[in-house]
Amino acid sequence: MKKNIPVVSKHQPLHATFAGYLIGFLLSIYLTISAYLVVVYDTFSRNTVIAIVITLALTQFVVQAIFFLHVGKESKPRWNLIMFSFMVLVAAIIIIGSIWIMANLDYRHGVSPEELNNTIIKDEGYKP
Amino acid sequence: MSDTTTTHAATLSHRQEEDTKSTFGFWIYLMTDAILFASLFATYAVLRNNTNGGPGGQELFSLPFVLVETLLLLTSSFTVGLALLAVHRHDKQKALILLGITFALGAAFIAMELTEFAHLIQEGHSWRQSAFLSAFFTLVGTHGLHILVGLMWLSVMIVKVVREGLNRANVRKLTLLAMFWHFLDVVWIFIFSIVYLIGAA
Repeated sequence: MKKNIPVVSKHQPLHATFAGYLIGFLLSIYLTISAYLVVVYDTFSRNTVIAIVITLALTQFVVQAIFFLHVGKESKPRWNLIMFSFMVLVAAIIIIGSIWIMANLDYRHGVSPEELNNTIIKDEGYKP
Repeated sequence: MSDTTTTHAATLSHRQEEDTKSTFGFWIYLMTDAILFASLFATYAVLRNNTNGGPGGQELFSLPFVLVETLLLLTSSFTVGLALLAVHRHDKQKALILLGITFALGAAFIAMELTEFAHLIQEGHSWRQSAFLSAFFTLVGTHGLHILVGLMWLSVMIVKVVREGLNRANVRKLTLLAMFWHFLDVVWIFIFSIVYLIGAA
């Protein structure tokens, strides 16, 4: 009986549907298992594995943002989407920035200035 | 007659606006929480190799165990979504069953995580051993703490729905709770991928 009533709430607009949740759930399981198998079967080089796992994680992030959190399904003005995009930007700056700066610090740490110069010249392929 | 209808419609749209506001406010909280997790991920990424002579992720993590944890949390994120559909259909019984399943799955997840932590600490690999383990326990522990808070909120809501039914306030709170729970599963995708999978690769 109740199944035939469309999900239009009198409380607030709901963007969720059963089909949406099911698609999101199945895609997430598929992406999780794929990432797991890539690591367990260990056929690729370490860097390739890292690239694949991160790509699968970002894909699953987008899938769950759309199908579970309903990002972008609201009507204009899309404040939720704007907040979400800004969060992604700040998170990316914090994470990529920290890794970049600390890796650079690590690269320059513990050698004399002359050695460092030589290392940089060698790594950059620079011929004086 | 038409006058009361207009007033009714006006009250309804006013209430809708209030509910949309509370959803948006909660959404802003979730986004700031995501930035908190981003800084913990950055810390972990920077410190991941500083094992201080101790074991790294490859020796410590059991991937099949963590895969089960991940699937439990993923399924609970699905069931809380279905519970929300039932809540908005005012199907109290189905909503309670689905919220109960979500609670059980979440509790199983946190029990597994605590088992893993207890195991690591017993083996002498607590957060005191290395910078890598400090960052690991902070990141995964903060997520676990969120799950624990979510479970407490969920149990309170189950009791409230049993006692008061699906009134307007409870529907609004359950909508926010579902958002919170989905958000925690989204954060877990990255913990599973970056900490466990890449850590063990």
